[in-house]
Amino acid sequence: MAATTASTLPSGAVVADGGDGLDAEELTRLRRDFPVLSRTLGDLPLVYLDSAATSQRPFAVLDAEREFLERSNAAVHRGAHTLAEESTDAYEGARAAVAAFVGRDADELVFTRNATEGVNVVAMALTDPASPLALREGDEVVVTEMEHHANLVPWQRACARTGAVLRWAGVTDEGRLDLAGLDAVLGPRTRVLAFAHASNVLGTLNPVPALVERARAVGALTLLDACQSVPHLDVDLGALGVDLAVFSGHKMLGPNGIGCLAGRREVLAELPPVITGGSMVEKVTMEATTFREPPQRFEAGTPPVSQAVGLHAAVRYLRAVGMDRVAAHEHVLAARLLDGLSRVAGVRVLGPTTAEDRVAAVSFALDGVHPHDVGQVLDAAGIAVRVGHHCAQPVHRRFGVTASTRASAHLYTIPDEVDVFLDALDGVRAYFGRA
Amino acid sequence: MPDRQGGTVPMNGLDQLYQQVILDHARERHGHGLRGSETAAGTAESHQYNPLCGDEVTLRVAVGTTAAAGQPIGGEATGESVVSDVSWTGDGCSISQASTSVLHDLVVGRTVAEAGDLVAEFRAMIRARGSVEPDEDVLGDAVAFVGVGRHANRVKCAMLGWTAFEDALARAGGASGPDGGTDDGATEEAGR
Repeated sequence: MAATTASTLPSGAVVADGGDGLDAEELTRLRRDFPVLSRTLGDLPLVYLDSAATSQRPFAVLDAEREFLERSNAAVHRGAHTLAEESTDAYEGARAAVAAFVGRDADELVFTRNATEGVNVVAMALTDPASPLALREGDEVVVTEMEHHANLVPWQRACARTGAVLRWAGVTDEGRLDLAGLDAVLGPRTRVLAFAHASNVLGTLNPVPALVERARAVGALTLLDACQSVPHLDVDLGALGVDLAVFSGHKMLGPNGIGCLAGRREVLAELPPVITGGSMVEKVTMEATTFREPPQRFEAGTPPVSQAVGLHAAVRYLRAVGMDRVAAHEHVLAARLLDGLSRVAGVRVLGPTTAEDRVAAVSFALDGVHPHDVGQVLDAAGIAVRVGHHCAQPVHRRFGVTASTRASAHLYTIPDEVDVFLDALDGVRAYFGRA
Repeated sequence: MPDRQGGTVPMNGLDQLYQQVILDHARERHGHGLRGSETAAGTAESHQYNPLCGDEVTLRVAVGTTAAAGQPIGGEATGESVVSDVSWTGDGCSISQASTSVLHDLVVGRTVAEAGDLVAEFRAMIRARGSVEPDEDVLGDAVAFVGVGRHANRVKCAMLGWTAFEDALARAGGASGPDGGTDDGATEEAGR
C-alpha cells in the first residue's frame, strides 16, 4: 500500500495524491468479493467498464440482503412482533449509516426509489404553492448543459407548471462548466441551482463550494446530483454546503430500487409531500391529513427495506476500503484511460483530457465508427462499455455528436482491464475498414 | 488476465453479426443522399428516430406506375404501382446504415405490393431472434441481418430504415399502411 496524501480539490472532493490507493495484491483480494467479476464470455474474462451505469455488488451486499430476507423480513414502522422490530431497526440503521457516509444526520436522509425520484420529489414539491420555497411565475431555475436528463427534465416540467424560467450554464470546449456563463444566468430571480457533482458523460468534477457560494449569494436553493461522485469520492455534503443532494444505491455497490435524497433538515422541512399515502401521515380524517416530519414525509408506502439493508452493507464495504483510497485508485485509472485513449487513432475524448478534477468515466467518439458498433466489437472481446447518449442528449449535442462510447471504472477495476480495453479499441476502426 | 496482444484480440462471434455484406453496405450506403422533391406527386418522406442512441434516418420514396404489358391503346391505364426510387439520409451505426442500403437495392423497381411483402418478411426474420432460417430467394442480401435479431438492442437499428420506408410508402399512397406495426421499440426497450 503506497502512502497517500489527502488534499482537497477545487471540486470540494478529497482526493489522495501521490499513491495508487489500492495495490495489486489488495485488488486481487478485493475482486474475489465480486462474484460477477469471475464471469467469462465465451472463453474471455469479463472486463466490466460500465460501473458508471451500474456497479457490481460484493458478496457482503448480496449476503446482507439475503440474510435479512431469510431471517427478519417484515413491514417496518408497525407491528409489535420481533420481526417487525428487527426490520425497523435494520431499515433505520441503514438510514443512519448511509446518512453518516455522506455527512448528514439520519433525519436528513430520505430513501427513494432511485436518484431520479429524488430530483422529481424536490422539483414537484417546489411546484406546490403551499411551500415557502414554491416556484412562481418569473422565478428562475438554473441547471447546466452537462446534466443527466434526470436533473434537467424534472426542472423543465416544474417550470412549465409554475411559469418559472429554466436557464442554464454552458460547457467549455474542454468540458468544464462555463463559470462566466453561469454568472451571467445567476441573478436575484434564481431560486434553484441544480447541478451535477460529476458529469456522467464528461467525467468533469464541478467546483461545488464555488457554485454553492454563488447560489447563496443570490439566495438560491442548491441541489447536487451526486450519482457519479458519492460512489467514487469522499463526499461530505455538510461540508460542501449543498441544500439537497441525490444519489443512487446501484452505482455504489448497492442494490437497485433504492436511492437517496439527502438534505439539510431546515430545507426538507419546507418541502411539502409529493407522493402521499400510508407511512407518511400523522392524523387522517375523511376531510384532511397532517403529515409527518421528514424524512418519513417523503416515504409514502412500503419502503425498500431489503434494499436499504443491502445499501448499508455497501456503505460498510466502501468505508472499509476507504473512500480516499478508492478515489486515489480511480484517479490512476482515469489517467491511464485518458493517456491510452490519446494514443488510439481517431479517438476524441468528450470532456477533460487530464485526470485532474475528473472521475474515471471517460466518453469518446471514434472517427468513422458509430458507438453502437464500437460497443458491439468490444463486447465480442468480453468488454462491457456503455454506448448511446447516456441520458444526456444536450451535452452530446454540445460536442456535435448524438452518442458516444463510455468506459468507466470502480474500485474493483484494474489497470490490466484498461489495457485490454485500449488494445481492443485499437482494432475497431480497422474492423470496419475505417483505418 | 490472459495475454492479449495488440491486433490479435480474440472476438466472440463478431463476424456472425457483421457479415461482409453488412460491412460493405455500411460503407457504400446505396441510395444515400435525398433525391427529387418531397412535394412531387407520388413522393413521400418519413423521418424515424431511435431514442436509445439518437440514430435517425430520413427516407424518401417515389411511387410510379408501370405501363402494363398488352395495355390497350387509348384504354384505361392498368399498370401497377411500383417503387420508382428510394433515397435517404441519416446518421447511425453500421447496422442501420447497411440495412437501409440493402433496402434500397431490394425495393427499387418492385411493385408496391411486393415491397410491402418484403418489409413484412424482413421484420419477421428480425423478430424471429435468429430462430428461423431466412429465405434468401425472397430476402436476397437482407438475409445477412439474420444475426441482428439475436441482439435485442440492435433490432431497432436494423428496422430503422425499413420502418421509414414502410411509413413513407403509406404516405405516398402506395400502400394501405404499416402492416404488423412499427413498434420495434418493444424489444429495443429491453436493451436500455
